[in-house]
Amino acid sequence: MSDVAIQTAGLGKSYELGLSRRGYGTLRESLIETAKGSLGKLTRRGREREVGDTLWALHDLSLTIKRGEVVGLIGHNGAGKSTLLKILSRIVEPTVGYADVTGRTGSLLEVGTGFHPELTGRENVFLNGAILGMRRSEIRARFDEIVAFAEIERFLDTPVKRYSSGMSVRLAFAVAAHLEPEILLVDEVLAVGDAAFQRKSLGKMNEVAEAGRTVIFVSHNLAILQALCERGVLLERGQLLTDAPVDEAIDSYLRTLEKAADVDLLERTDRDSRGYDESLIRRVQIEDSAGGHPDTVVAGRSATIAIEVTEALPMTECRLTIHNSLGHPVATLDSEVSAPVDVRDPELGPRIECSLDSLQLLPGRYRIDVVLKGKRQIQDGLQAACFFDVEPGVLHERPTPISGADGDVVLPHVWRLPA
Amino acid sequence: METATLPPPGEAAPPAETLRLQATKGFSRVLSPRELWRYRDLAFQIAARDVTVRYRQTALGAAWAILQPVGFMVVFSLFFGRVAGVSSDGLPYALFSLAALVPWTYFANTLLLGSESLVSNSALVAKIYFPRIFMPAGVLAAGFVDLGVSLVILFAIVLIYGIVPTVAVLMLPVLVLIMVAAGLGVTAGLSAVNVRYRDVRYVIPFAIQMWLFATPVAYPSSLIDEPWRTLTAINPMVGVVEGFRWATLGTADAPWALIGISAASALVLLVGGLAYFDRVERSFADYI
Repeated sequence: MSDVAIQTAGLGKSYELGLSRRGYGTLRESLIETAKGSLGKLTRRGREREVGDTLWALHDLSLTIKRGEVVGLIGHNGAGKSTLLKILSRIVEPTVGYADVTGRTGSLLEVGTGFHPELTGRENVFLNGAILGMRRSEIRARFDEIVAFAEIERFLDTPVKRYSSGMSVRLAFAVAAHLEPEILLVDEVLAVGDAAFQRKSLGKMNEVAEAGRTVIFVSHNLAILQALCERGVLLERGQLLTDAPVDEAIDSYLRTLEKAADVDLLERTDRDSRGYDESLIRRVQIEDSAGGHPDTVVAGRSATIAIEVTEALPMTECRLTIHNSLGHPVATLDSEVSAPVDVRDPELGPRIECSLDSLQLLPGRYRIDVVLKGKRQIQDGLQAACFFDVEPGVLHERPTPISGADGDVVLPHVWRLPA
Repeated sequence: METATLPPPGEAAPPAETLRLQATKGFSRVLSPRELWRYRDLAFQIAARDVTVRYRQTALGAAWAILQPVGFMVVFSLFFGRVAGVSSDGLPYALFSLAALVPWTYFANTLLLGSESLVSNSALVAKIYFPRIFMPAGVLAAGFVDLGVSLVILFAIVLIYGIVPTVAVLMLPVLVLIMVAAGLGVTAGLSAVNVRYRDVRYVIPFAIQMWLFATPVAYPSSLIDEPWRTLTAINPMVGVVEGFRWATLGTADAPWALIGISAASALVLLVGGLAYFDRVERSFADYI
């Protein structure tokens, strides 16, 4: 028996642009859509992405994955990661090329997919197990294990609609984690539940990987990828960019992020696919109070992150996530978590500002991911919309350590020491 | 890495087989018996879910299986039987209409639910592979519970009227089969169209009304002159409905011609519906 689990050759998947929107929904809906000018959205995205009328979500991908390998798929939004997983899990067919898959494949899905709220926990375990491709006898054999892992013994015969979200998440993960396929496809699902359960889930994933199963991971959480995977495959615009040990692939990914931040943000195509695009992120910049070079700020000084957008929509909200140079998230600033000091200024125009009293980051290079909301919808989202350097400075009258310090953040603190 | 670390899951692990995933053509997926067999547990779970959920969500549960046809029977008896004086081939009008309403209710309900089955399970369709045909087929299977309940009631009423069913009753399974074939063909086709064009949702209730009047449920097909009467059996429900009357009420003449034509027509619908389903199935995840 060969030791190859997945082999793809010239694998490609194309979408007819426009068709997916125009073909969907009722005639009336599409008329309204047109009136709203969402055709503008099509043409805008179309102009940037299409080759003719066809978008190659995945193009000419040849990849060999051996049995027992744990591979992380890395890439921007729209790089083709999910398309590849969808092909491997047989949800969509490739347009050209083929993938040979040896062994039973299972997907770890967005949690709760396939749960029915009216059914009890017990019934849902069987339903969800069957959906994931488990035989009834297998589910029965592992039933107790699943229930114990999910920690829901007492609520087994309660309809899932009465579960807390934490409980249903745990149950869903427990079912999926006990699937024991030879090839496991995981798409961005580990960031669920409380911290303790996340640790448990990660532990389970490690166990799966160590049991010699082939695992393919998609996650934006580079820390998780780094912890779990040996090999990293970096996709960009549907094509293979780097196939290397995971650290190398992540480095390469972070470099592409830097490059992406250099181009005009409006030209970027790797935007959040959920965005409504009525307003787009035009420019993101961070400046410290002393002025000086933009995107270079001194630790401890006050700083302002300015987000210019194309349209000032009603109920604009903005979420910024700051990541360190390893791609690990350091802090989230979310306007939806509002405070009395927040201001809505009708004079501001298509611009959002977030002021930081004192920038409590250690010297180093950071990036900002932005999600823009308006009219209660996600309008746009960009990873690595801005990179900035933090220069050594003084924080609470204490100089920032120049090197050798662990962590990314400085906490304001006072010591009491024996004299 | 050594494969010996792979514990056999539950039963003896089958030898890993290599599956080639590539663009497919033709009648290849829907009716692949191997695929259907591999996912048989899922088919059962989906049907069981549909039954459980419906009975749990409704206050009257199984009573609906009876109330719907019996309610129609009362209304039809009043308006068509009494007021309009529609002929009922010499049978008590209530029985005459109920024998037709039992299969008709099954058919109409599965059409209504089946055509929505893919769309209402869009989260599953977009994220997991399984033979998609299980969604509409599951609705047809789940409908058997209601059909069974209403058949019991029908026979109870038949006996109350003092009619003893003849051997023709043995034809019932065949008639149900014709109905299921037609139903699966139509719902498979419609559920697939619904993925792309949600207009289907608005057409279905209207189409069911039309179909009801095109089927001799409230009136006997003997009202129609030959050869038109036999020709109407192109509507598969004509043969089913008249067949049900004959099989349950023991009317003298077996409507063989109607049943035969309806069976052929149901087969055409089945093949056509499945062929269309198969053709568009591979793009469901792109559109749903």
